[in-house]
Amino acid sequence: MLKEKRIFNKKLVIAGLIIFIGVITFPFWFNHAKVVAPPEVKLTEKAKEAKECVLPDKVKMRGNHMQLLDMWRDTVVRDGNRKYIGTNGKEYEMSLSNTCLDCHSNKADFCDKCHEYASVNPYCWDCHIDNPKETKNNETQ
Amino acid sequence: MNINYLASLIAVIVLFLLVYVGVEAAGLRYFFGVLLPYLAVIIFIIGFVKKIVGWAKTPVPFRIPTTCGQQETLSWIKPAKIDNPTTGSGVFVRMLLEILCFRSLFRNTKMELREGDKLSYEWEKWLWLFALAFHYSFLTVLLRHLRFFLEPVPGCVKFLESIDGFLQIGLPGIMISGIILLAALLFLLLRRILIPQIKYISLASDYFPLFLIIGIAITGILMRYFTRVDIAGIKELTIGLVTFHPTVPDGGIGGLFYVHLFFVSVLIAYFPFSKLMHLGGIFMSPTRNLTTDTRATRHINPWNYDVKVHTYEEYEEEFREKMIGAGLPVEKES
Amino acid sequence: MSEPRPDELIRKMEHKPHQKGWMDTPVNIRKGMYCYASNPKSVEYLGLPNARAWNPLDVDWKLPPDWQEIIHKGFRERLDKFRSFKIFMDVCVRCGACADKCHFFIGTGDPKNMPVLRAELLRSVYRNDFTIAGKILGKIAGAREMTIDVLKEWWYYLFQCTECRRCSVFCPYGIDTAEITIMGRELLNLLGLNIDWIATPVANCYRTGNHLGIQPHAYKDMLDFFVEDIEEVTGVKVEPSFNRKGADILFITPSGDVFADPGTYTAMGYLILFHYLKDMGLDITWSTYASEGGNFGFFTSHETMKRLNKKMYAEAKRLGVKWILGGECGHMWRVINQYMDTMNGPADFLEAPVSPITGTKFENARSTKMVHIAEFMADLIKHKKLKLDPSRNDHLKVTYHDSCNPARGMGILEEPRYVINNVCNHFYEMPSNTIREQTFCCGSGAGLNAGENIELRMAGGFPRANAVKHVHQKYGVNMLACICAVDRAALPPLMDYWVPEVGVTGLTELVANALIVPGEAERTTDLRGEELQGKEEAEDA
Repeated sequence: MLKEKRIFNKKLVIAGLIIFIGVITFPFWFNHAKVVAPPEVKLTEKAKEAKECVLPDKVKMRGNHMQLLDMWRDTVVRDGNRKYIGTNGKEYEMSLSNTCLDCHSNKADFCDKCHEYASVNPYCWDCHIDNPKETKNNETQ
Repeated sequence: MNINYLASLIAVIVLFLLVYVGVEAAGLRYFFGVLLPYLAVIIFIIGFVKKIVGWAKTPVPFRIPTTCGQQETLSWIKPAKIDNPTTGSGVFVRMLLEILCFRSLFRNTKMELREGDKLSYEWEKWLWLFALAFHYSFLTVLLRHLRFFLEPVPGCVKFLESIDGFLQIGLPGIMISGIILLAALLFLLLRRILIPQIKYISLASDYFPLFLIIGIAITGILMRYFTRVDIAGIKELTIGLVTFHPTVPDGGIGGLFYVHLFFVSVLIAYFPFSKLMHLGGIFMSPTRNLTTDTRATRHINPWNYDVKVHTYEEYEEEFREKMIGAGLPVEKES
Repeated sequence: MSEPRPDELIRKMEHKPHQKGWMDTPVNIRKGMYCYASNPKSVEYLGLPNARAWNPLDVDWKLPPDWQEIIHKGFRERLDKFRSFKIFMDVCVRCGACADKCHFFIGTGDPKNMPVLRAELLRSVYRNDFTIAGKILGKIAGAREMTIDVLKEWWYYLFQCTECRRCSVFCPYGIDTAEITIMGRELLNLLGLNIDWIATPVANCYRTGNHLGIQPHAYKDMLDFFVEDIEEVTGVKVEPSFNRKGADILFITPSGDVFADPGTYTAMGYLILFHYLKDMGLDITWSTYASEGGNFGFFTSHETMKRLNKKMYAEAKRLGVKWILGGECGHMWRVINQYMDTMNGPADFLEAPVSPITGTKFENARSTKMVHIAEFMADLIKHKKLKLDPSRNDHLKVTYHDSCNPARGMGILEEPRYVINNVCNHFYEMPSNTIREQTFCCGSGAGLNAGENIELRMAGGFPRANAVKHVHQKYGVNMLACICAVDRAALPPLMDYWVPEVGVTGLTELVANALIVPGEAERTTDLRGEELQGKEEAEDA
């Protein structure tokens, strides 16, 4: 039986292990164990006043707003239809700029908060830059 | 269907039921969302280090690299510097190619007996291709998930996401890595089930990680593309874990997420005790990571011991008369 | 014993696994596939355990009562001593890349000859004895207890592996079945379960210095016989010296070449070459004590390998030579290249080898102090020190078989080719998947070159023979060159069986045929007494 019990190629093995553990625990030390508060979206006065939105609740909204916007885009562009009946029975105009951003005019404090937090980069903003109102005019351009 | 295949599938289904019922019916969100992941990471790190140290404590008594090319001999003969490396840098490149490109697997051939009695060996690239696809897509998926563990999310993670999603199909945009991962997993699973020889050598411990990772991939894909989850809520939980301020947000992150997280926890806790340790083993394989200049530099065996040898004196003692008779020189004349 | 015909053997190669799982398929020790059990006298002579007469076909193998304990302890000891063994037990993912790389699997179709399964035979016991998962989950985790049936399965299949390392080339983790077979055979030897074709040569080698048990006077007689033959063919009288103190170089080659055709012609080749170089400054001696290059101890255990190998340095020291020249042999060179210096070195009483003829310093062998004859000859030819007439080999269409160990345990690939190209005019390579590091074993290595396992040998040699057949049909190849003594013993019957009309030769025989020795008479035949091309007609006219 082998008497000697030591780590052979010690430097290499230890260095390798340290690097490996360093890499896999990267998230633990990257954040410095500081508390990361979940993003809090701010509602504008207008939004607060409205009390309700196109979907019934916050959870549905968080999970599904992108599909809704996608559907809106298709309906508007392909069918020219801009009427949307919300789950509350109200009629809305399908327009990101005119409807959504009308109330939620504070993109930085509303949209971006979560998007940045979850590292989501929707390409909505490629065209719909920061809340310029859509007019009949620039729509036809 | 055989027992190995079935046992693994059942094991994964049981795990699924366990966590689903645990979360949805018993409300064990903190247990599955916080305690188990921590436990799994601890088991992984301790298990992994123990295994590697266990290997490292075992000496390499002989230098036994597999030589896959010309040895460095005469100055005018071109040596295979990578496949028969005499220098540390040669070994480094050999290991790099082995670890990053699966070089040995790349050589794979398929033997066939043709026209009755002719053996042929065809280059077989599929195993290599799908193995590579699996490992790299899994790595990409893993790195993409850093967005749930880092705040702020670094630019490189975002960049990786943008490359991975360059197709810009669907909403949320399809990530190619996820699709490749699932496709490669299915290939690796199907070859185990369909090729009789591979099926014959496969153990339950070969199917289990496949089913488990397939489960992870499917739950991930379901969450992203089909059932939808509140990712801000998920990040609240995951970032809480890595900042040691664990919280379990209420609502929005359903049972499916806990299944996903639990499967991942099981995988990493299982890792150090399974064949998945080839991740560490490849670095330490003595047939690959040693130089081949074995005639030029002496390798030391730490447990080398003396052995009983039949000495020349004993030999001459037995055969002296015959040697003298044959005119062979001897040490002692009588 | 009637062996199956080639077509019958091919029909058996189904490569279809059994319906039942491999653990549920008991071993069937079949005639023609196994070697006879070790002779107790040989085991006893070496002082190895459990010497007794036994028969593999008997139910009772006459094992010591605590044999399971012995295996378990031996297993643990080897796991503690060899990192290779430990890692290879742990990391296999059973991807199956090795499966159809093994000549025994290709040739027998027996699924347990897939390298991965050969290793699993041991791994299953490893999991049961040494892993938590195996202890808890048992068969589901691929674990099984060590029973007498498992032991018999080990014995049967570990002596169906020639430790050729071909699988290791393809394994993504470099898992080397040779290493596993070596460990497995060590464990079997703890119970006295060797085969006689290994045990007796080892005992012979220990006692007389060579595997064949040739005693010193007889060894000299045999070489003297060659001296006469050489004189008959060339008209030159060569004068080898034996056990000569003060010589510059000690020459060690496998004893098989002294004993049986066609290796004998290679031995004659050495004699002619050394005679030729004598006047140019070569001062070389043979030894009767270290008269074996090969090392069947390697197929028994690391310790036995060391016990036999130790003679090489001991004899070099006793004779006071400067360095050692090694003849053509396969596993001998794996031992010299990867084990000898570590085991029995440092050979600081020797000098770094320098060719006395060309002045070339063999830097690559500066520690081991042992040079391969192919390197030595390639260097001579490169420096134009040999006067050669390759047309004397014109009656031969030659192909070259890379012997497993020099290929995958050393990497001596170019030298033999360079030499052949300089001494032969007709050289054809076999297909690339069957040569160099992908070369196929002769099917009889690692101690399996016995008579009673002829079916196994013919099946295992099938891939090699098939590649020879390819060049035989395509180019009319009629001579298979190699640098291994076991090859020279094993390939002729293999060729007779699969590709009749192809002969087998050592490298040095080809050189000696072409070598124009000063003072020689005009040669009309080669060393084998076969008429040279052109000479026949000339005589008739």
